[in-house]
Amino acid sequence: MTQAQITFSLNGEQHQTTVDPRTHLADFLRHGLGLTGTHVGCEHGVCGACTVIVDGLPVRSCLMLAVQVDGCTVETVEGLAEGDALSPLQQAFSTHHGLQCGFCTPGMLMTLEAFLRATPSPTEQDIRIAISGNICRCTGYQGIVEAALSVAATRADSP
Amino acid sequence: MKAPPFQYHRPQTREELGALLASLDNAKIVAGGQSLMPMLNLRVLAPDHLIDINRIPELAGIRETVDGIEIGAMSRQADVLSSPIIRNQLPLLARALEHVGHIQTRSRGTIGGSCCHLDPSAEQPAICAALDAEFIATGPNGRRVIAAADWFHGLLQSALDDQEFLEALRFKPWAKGHGYGFAEYARRHGDFAIAGAAALLEVDGTSQITRAALVVFGVESSPRRLHKAEAGLIGQMIREVAVAPIVDAARALDPMEDAHVTADYRRHLAGVLIGRALRDTCSILERSQ
Repeated sequence: MTQAQITFSLNGEQHQTTVDPRTHLADFLRHGLGLTGTHVGCEHGVCGACTVIVDGLPVRSCLMLAVQVDGCTVETVEGLAEGDALSPLQQAFSTHHGLQCGFCTPGMLMTLEAFLRATPSPTEQDIRIAISGNICRCTGYQGIVEAALSVAATRADSP
Repeated sequence: MKAPPFQYHRPQTREELGALLASLDNAKIVAGGQSLMPMLNLRVLAPDHLIDINRIPELAGIRETVDGIEIGAMSRQADVLSSPIIRNQLPLLARALEHVGHIQTRSRGTIGGSCCHLDPSAEQPAICAALDAEFIATGPNGRRVIAAADWFHGLLQSALDDQEFLEALRFKPWAKGHGYGFAEYARRHGDFAIAGAAALLEVDGTSQITRAALVVFGVESSPRRLHKAEAGLIGQMIREVAVAPIVDAARALDPMEDAHVTADYRRHLAGVLIGRALRDTCSILERSQ
């Protein structure tokens, strides 16, 4: 199969590489680039575990081809922390017990990261709707919702 | 769970797209990919060629024209949902889009894609049916406008020919202050609807109904307008609308059956949901009178 050449930005770094056009973005990130933070659950757009941010918007990376990010800016869970310092959202997940087995966590984090940038002062209901496309079997969602609310409150307090 | 091999094409203009469609066999267009990618991953489909129309800028965008509101086929559901033009002039479409998937799928999913794919449970084609949208298609013989009444050719089948593509959808907004209602039932918010319904009403200064549209979807293989029931609404006062005949009309349809949902259950839902959509429409109108 003809390989396609793509250039894109990933977590702030420019990449130029070739991909098989049928490879979806999640597989490419995990197998092509070794970034296994993005999880693959259902591979048909139901579970939300593979959510990444493309050009500022949350997308399901199993429902997008890697070749389609040519020229785009991609953010994955690996881009959230600075070195060993967790991002405020990651820290809030830890503080509020927003994770347990961790399988859904990367997708939850990337969905909420994109959502909170676009909606800085959400209600609890807004947050529940935002993560309605991410399935978690451990937490009952309560801790995740509390984590998101606390990050929104902190951001609202800081100038 | 991996897509079968295909040749990937990425045209930059409508002309390049037309030329590809005219020259390739077993080709499939990918718009937002939120239905097609699962079908590829599950290997329900195995096209030889995939034509990606995400980089054709003319196919996206929302415009107010003398003929109505034109929504480019590649317009993302998130953009349609957040558009002030749509919210003000086609509020039923905005209301229905809140039920379409989740924020991650609306970032990519397109209104044109949904209307070409034609899943029976899809909200957007149903709203097109309710609003009598026009589908603007381009093919080797130029452009043609297809009325909503002629667009639906059965399960997953639109009126588009193999060599045609959908350019845009055109809507004529209903009168300012019209009533609208939408109701659907899905196992979880954003899941495929088991059934759904929508209603539109216009009234005169005395609250008498002058125009009506009723649609039920997810029940038969295509969205179904209830034309007789609509005609029966004309002349009624919105405070005393007879809902029972509308519910009966929705329950007279011939529902699909699948492993999870019986035809009887769909028939029941069709009646409940059209009733809810109609009552919501009337209360919007009552509040604004």
